[in-house]
Amino acid sequence: MSHDLTKPSAVNGHTRGHGGTDVPPIATELLTLNIGPSHPATHGTLRLQVQLDGETIVNTGCEIGYLHRGYEKQCETVYYNQIVPYAERLNYCSPVHNSSAWCYAVEQLMGVEAPPRAQALRVITSEMARIIDHCVCIGTNLVDIGGLTNFWYMYNYREKMYDLYEELTGARMMVNYPRVGGVCLDAPDGWFDSVLRVMEELEEAVGEVHTLVARNRIFMDRTIGTGVITPEIARSHGVTGPCGRASGVNYDVRRAHPYWGYEKYDFEVPVLHGGDNYDRTIVRFLEMEQSRRIVEQAIKMIPDGPVLLDNPLVTLPPKDKVYNTMEGLINHFKLVMHGVRPPKGEIYSVTEGGNGELGFYLISDGGPIPWRVRIRPPCFANYSCFPKIVQGQMIADAVASLGTINIIAGELDR
Amino acid sequence: MPPVPSQGLPQQEIVARLQEKLGARALKVTTCAGQSAVTIRPADLREALIFLRDDSALQFSWLMDVGGVDWMGYGGDEEQDAQEWRFEVAYQLYSMEKNHRIRIKVAVGVDGSGNAESVPSVWDLWGVANWMEREVWDLFGISFDGHPNLRRIMCHDEFVGHALRKDYPINRRQKLSRPSEMLLCGRHEWA
Repeated sequence: MSHDLTKPSAVNGHTRGHGGTDVPPIATELLTLNIGPSHPATHGTLRLQVQLDGETIVNTGCEIGYLHRGYEKQCETVYYNQIVPYAERLNYCSPVHNSSAWCYAVEQLMGVEAPPRAQALRVITSEMARIIDHCVCIGTNLVDIGGLTNFWYMYNYREKMYDLYEELTGARMMVNYPRVGGVCLDAPDGWFDSVLRVMEELEEAVGEVHTLVARNRIFMDRTIGTGVITPEIARSHGVTGPCGRASGVNYDVRRAHPYWGYEKYDFEVPVLHGGDNYDRTIVRFLEMEQSRRIVEQAIKMIPDGPVLLDNPLVTLPPKDKVYNTMEGLINHFKLVMHGVRPPKGEIYSVTEGGNGELGFYLISDGGPIPWRVRIRPPCFANYSCFPKIVQGQMIADAVASLGTINIIAGELDR
Repeated sequence: MPPVPSQGLPQQEIVARLQEKLGARALKVTTCAGQSAVTIRPADLREALIFLRDDSALQFSWLMDVGGVDWMGYGGDEEQDAQEWRFEVAYQLYSMEKNHRIRIKVAVGVDGSGNAESVPSVWDLWGVANWMEREVWDLFGISFDGHPNLRRIMCHDEFVGHALRKDYPINRRQKLSRPSEMLLCGRHEWA
C-alpha cells in the first residue's frame, strides 16, 4: 500500500526533482537589480547592485560615499570643541555617545580626565543613546521584514528618551552636551528620577517586544540561518559591536579597555554564536537590558561634585568669575580666541559605540586645530563584509541583513 | 562582577619584539599617551604585519583601522622637518586574545612630481583592508600594490585630486557631469 500524501517524491507517476523527468532546462539569464541610493530598505543613502538568479543573489556590489561630507577635512579647520557638534552627526542614532567619545580622545591626548560626576553623566547619556540606537535598529528592521507593531513600541521609548535629553540639554537629538573636560550642564532637579521611571517602563516594553519576536515562528523562519557572519569573516572584516557579539566575538570596549568608570558597573556582555539575522536582533535586546542596568547603577552611584574640570587651559571659567574678576575674563578670552591646545602627539582612542568600536585617531601639532582626525567608524568595517554574507541568499534576506547590520550612513561615509 | 581582562603585553615589549624581527628596518619608534607606534618602509609592511599576526606572544589578529596622514607643513618641529617622507599610512592592530594594541606606520615618500610611493596591499590578510585602502587612495592618492579594485570610494569618479592632502583647499568645488558609475565587484576581490 502506498502513502501518496506522505511521499512527496512521487506525484502523477513522475519522480520530482532532478534526474527523474525529461523536462528540458529553461534558458535563464541573470538579472541585475539596483537598490538605492534612496530606497526605503536602505535607511540611508546606500547603493547596492545585485545580480539575481531568480531570487537568489549570485553577486553583489556595494557603493558607498553618497553621504560623504568631507568630515575629516572639516575637522582640520575648526577648534577642538567645535568638533563636538560635528561628531554628533556621525552616528545620528546615538549622537551623544559620539561627541563624548571625541571629547574623551582629546582629554586622553591632553592627559586630563573629566570629573567623576561628568563621567557618570556621560555613561548615563551614552547608554541611553545605545538603547535608542538599538530601538531604531530593531524597530525599523522589523518593519522591513513585515512586523509593523514593534516599530511603534520601540519608537515610543525612543521618544521618551528624547524627552529626557531635552530636559537635560535643551535639545532632543543633536544635544551638543559634552565638552572637552566634562559635560556642559549638570542634571536638573528630578531628572534622575525621570530617567529611572523611563528605565522601568523600558524594561517592560523591551520585554514585550522581545516576547513578540523571539519565539515568533514567522520571524524565526525568516531570520535564522540568513546573512550569517562567521567568526572568520568577523575577524577578517573587523566586525565588532552587536554584530560581532552575535557571531561569537567576545569583545566589548567597555570591558576590554574600560573608560568613564565602566569597570565599576556590574553588567554582562551578551555573546551569541549563530551570527545570523536572528542572533543580531536578539543580542540587541539583551544589550538594551544591560544598558538599562548600567544606567540604574550609574544613577545610584553618581558622585557629587563639578561636571567640568577647573582648568583654565581646558574649560571656560564660570560666568560669575568672567564678569567679576579680571583673571576669569582673561581665561575666558584666551580660551575662546586660542582654543584648547593639546600637546604635539597622536592617539588612537576607542570607545564602544552603538555598532562597535568607534575609534578616533587624532594627531595634534600643538595648535588649536587638529592636524588630522581619522575616524574608525564601526559601520564601515561591519558593512564591508556584506557581499560575502548575502552570497547565495534570497534578495529579501539581503534587505533583512542590511537592517540587522544597522548601517548608519553618517558614520559610514563621514 | 566579571573581572576586567588583563591589559596584555606592555607597549615596550611589543615594540622590542618587532624591533628584534626587523632590526634597523624599524625606522622610528614613537610613544605618546601610552601608545607606541613603529614606522617602517612600505617594502617591510607585509612581513611586519604577518609577523605580528602570527607570533604566539603577540597575536595581532585584528586590523582595526587603516588611515592616511599628510605631514606637509607640520608644525616647524626640527625632527619633523628632517623627515624624508610626506605621507604615512597608519595601521591600528588589536589582539583580542591578549588585549593589547600597536600602531604600525608606513612611511610613504613622494617623487619629483608629487606622486606618492605605493604601499603593498593587505586585503588578502584582512578583508576590511579592501575598503580602507580604497579610502586612503581616494583621499590621499596613495596607491596599493596588489589591490583588486582600487577605485575611489568616497568621492565621485570624476573628482580630480585627493581631498585630504594638505595642499587641497577646503573650499574647492568641482563640477560633476553624471551619476557615478557602479561596477559589480567580482568574487575575485574577496579576501
